[in-house]
Amino acid sequence: MKLTLKIWRQAGPTAEGAIKTYELDGVSKDMSFLEMLDLLNEQLVTQGEEPVAFDSDCREGICGMCSLMINGQAHGPEVTTTCQLHMRSFNDGDTITIEPWRAEPFPVLKDLIVDRSAFDRIIQAGGYISANTGSAPEANSVPAPRDKAMRAFNVATCIGCGACVAACPNGSASLFMGAKITHLGELPQGQPERWSRVVDMVGQHDAEGFGGCTNIGECAAACPKEIPLDVISQLNKDLRTALKNGH
Amino acid sequence: MAAGTHYLPGLTPTNEAPVQKSDDAAGFYQLGEKLVDEKAPTGPIAERWTTRKFENRLVNPANRRKLSIIIVGTGLAGGAAAATLGEAGYNVKSFCYQDSPRRAHSIAAQGGINAAKNYKEDGDSTYRLFYDTVKGGDYRARESNVYRLAEVSANIIDQCVAQGVPFAREYGGLLDNRSFGGVQVSRTFYARGQTGQQLLLGAYQAMERQVAAGTVEQFTRHEMLELIVVDGKARGIVARDMVTGAIETHLADVVVLASGGYGNVFYLSTNAMGSNVTAAWRAHRKGAYMANPCYTQIHPTCIPVTGSHQSKLTLMSESLRNDGRIWVPKNAADCDKDPREIPEEDRDYFLERIYPSFGNLVPRDIASRAAKYMCDEGRGVGPQVAEVGADGEERLVRRGVYLDFKDAIARLGEDAVREKYDNLFDMYERITGENPYQVPMRIYPAVHYVMGGLWVDYELQSNIEGLFVAGEANFSDHGANRLGASALMQGLADGYFVLPNTIREYLADGPFEPVSESHPAVVEALESVQERVNKFMSVNGTRSVESYHKELGSIMWEYCGMERTEEGLKTAIQKIRDLRADFWKNVKVLGSADSLNQDLEKAGRVADFLELGELMCIDALNRRESCGGHFRAESQTEDGEALRHDDEFAYVAAWEWGGDSNEGGQPVLHKEDLIYTAIEMKQRSYK
Repeated sequence: MKLTLKIWRQAGPTAEGAIKTYELDGVSKDMSFLEMLDLLNEQLVTQGEEPVAFDSDCREGICGMCSLMINGQAHGPEVTTTCQLHMRSFNDGDTITIEPWRAEPFPVLKDLIVDRSAFDRIIQAGGYISANTGSAPEANSVPAPRDKAMRAFNVATCIGCGACVAACPNGSASLFMGAKITHLGELPQGQPERWSRVVDMVGQHDAEGFGGCTNIGECAAACPKEIPLDVISQLNKDLRTALKNGH
Repeated sequence: MAAGTHYLPGLTPTNEAPVQKSDDAAGFYQLGEKLVDEKAPTGPIAERWTTRKFENRLVNPANRRKLSIIIVGTGLAGGAAAATLGEAGYNVKSFCYQDSPRRAHSIAAQGGINAAKNYKEDGDSTYRLFYDTVKGGDYRARESNVYRLAEVSANIIDQCVAQGVPFAREYGGLLDNRSFGGVQVSRTFYARGQTGQQLLLGAYQAMERQVAAGTVEQFTRHEMLELIVVDGKARGIVARDMVTGAIETHLADVVVLASGGYGNVFYLSTNAMGSNVTAAWRAHRKGAYMANPCYTQIHPTCIPVTGSHQSKLTLMSESLRNDGRIWVPKNAADCDKDPREIPEEDRDYFLERIYPSFGNLVPRDIASRAAKYMCDEGRGVGPQVAEVGADGEERLVRRGVYLDFKDAIARLGEDAVREKYDNLFDMYERITGENPYQVPMRIYPAVHYVMGGLWVDYELQSNIEGLFVAGEANFSDHGANRLGASALMQGLADGYFVLPNTIREYLADGPFEPVSESHPAVVEALESVQERVNKFMSVNGTRSVESYHKELGSIMWEYCGMERTEEGLKTAIQKIRDLRADFWKNVKVLGSADSLNQDLEKAGRVADFLELGELMCIDALNRRESCGGHFRAESQTEDGEALRHDDEFAYVAAWEWGGDSNEGGQPVLHKEDLIYTAIEMKQRSYK
């Protein structure tokens, strides 16, 4: 396959960025999208041009390190992460536009790499259950209803990639936050801190500059792990209850 | 397996110290003094850890605030240690190269975590988990360490459940288990095929809680590039801020490396792209011994390579071997047929045929080699891939075997199979474009894990005082082969329960005299890193870093992969030396050192792999026996099974850095004898 790539290049956090166009030949349909970029970079190094910086680590769809807006879609046209997107989803002769996540709380560091540390700070605000090492009771002493445990697991699969924020016209991280609120809120162990958790996490979310949710649903459509939109309903419900009870 | 299993309390030795007769690696190394773990406990095996915990000194809470700990790596071991030591009140500085601690590669572990809970009442116990793990490791692990691992395994599950880890549950709301390779009990706890992710997020959240509490300071996008040793003690690290390029010193009272494994020395592996040996290797060059570096785990169930563009390999969880059946066609002529059209009588379920009592659940090393042999025989499946053999000739070989779920789907129904393995089947389809509910998966072994790592004593302290090593980065618990679902167990055992109890014995000597930034050892470490970075930027050659990594990987895979020979290893050592010499003359790194530069990051990692690879080959060359993941063609039984030589090689090979071989240096071998008291060494049999 032969492709035309239009890629955002930006030398550093404060530098001016611009789209640059590259032609790339010899792309195989079995390549992952990132292997296609590896091929481009190998070519750039040969030509003496600095390779395109992009994030990736596990390359098996679980670490959440990879990102990219591909033709305006977070993680591209399939419901998966960019590292699991394969070139068989594209055609010979295609032009592909590649940009970093676009959201104010995710500033660009270089080329396609952004800073997502705001997500860590949201978790720090309350996205945990306080259980010091050694203090845990016997694991089977508290049964967890299977349906609730299943829902907890399904939303706990969030990989923290930030696609939901990048896809949202408001730059909201409600899906990310709702997934954690729902995961911990569905389990018996998560109950003691349930109300303070939601209030504190939402407070941090807003302080980071993420926008509010207006029920557009782009986040759930872009989520590579298919976190459902109802976690935001859960988030709102828990927040309402918490505020009503004076948290 | 049950035959001949009997309980030994650990009071008398069951073997004698080994005496090596062969010397295949003569001329490549120097023999050093024997090594003894002076911290090794004695007495009844079941009481050793309890006694040690009691005897190790305590640090009172007021003093903990005056003590500081650097932890490199935020996977299960590093993340759990940071959380636990932060909770205890120490000042922790945590480093990772990723943009968040939550992305450490523990996250990719799929299948599960072992624990001796005996919830199934199927005869499991701490002793049985210990027994299975030592046997599974082919009697090359330390028994006291393994017993401790088995002992704390049950606490890990308690801890994780309390953190909200959503393990699979039965209808009554209690925890579910499944079986894994190499054992006959169901002791594996799991969260569908994403157990590592859920455990890591548990540790990450516990750690972030401590960040909020102010006990843990986290440094993301930071890479450790040097260890600072002052008066013989580890007192800090030099790290590069990967965003600004700033080279920083960080000082502390103790340093913990939990920096993972070095499987990427093979270029293609199931490790993350960034997984590297640099932190461990820099410590090695500062004097820390590297133990059993040749023990590599080649995992049997990975998605086969499709072409030269491949950047990494993807694992399909071993848990699939519970329900999938592995086969190849009996006749080579059937290899390119649609597998669904090959009748039952023309299929060779080779693991079930060769190993009737364990069948598809034999340990990983055995399953991997069997698949290799089927393909070597010409009965592999999938596309033909060009490869260069040890004879230098290019040939076309099909490198794949089937993993077939047809029977499981017929027995359990597609929905039940989907519920168990959903994400794995999706991932397979995503990568290959084939639907495994309809067509058997194709799998082939790939590098997955390394049992070797930095040498540590029972307290997880390396031979450099104040340098502790946890998780995959150390060598101690898995011997020559790791059983499935044991990596997660070890990472969390080290981080939550072992290290916090052993590090306090060291810290009880504090408060320590502060080290100044201007101390000559600190300045020297900082300057050496700056010089090295400048060197990379100034070689200005013609070859990309990536191309050196690929070439090193193909040498390692061909000569130091699933089967190793004396001649092949000697060839590999020379090839690696030549490649390393060329690297320093001809590598090309673009961009600048004072900004984000992924090429520069990679150059440092590849430079270290080029030294490690040689040591792995020397270790493999010296060990003229087959054990676990290390298979020497010269040491096999008549029917081709691995043959150990306990009388010669029941020892840990701990290597001391002796300088670059291209400048006349040679590594120094220190042997630590393995003497068992709670188990008797036997030739493994899974037949």
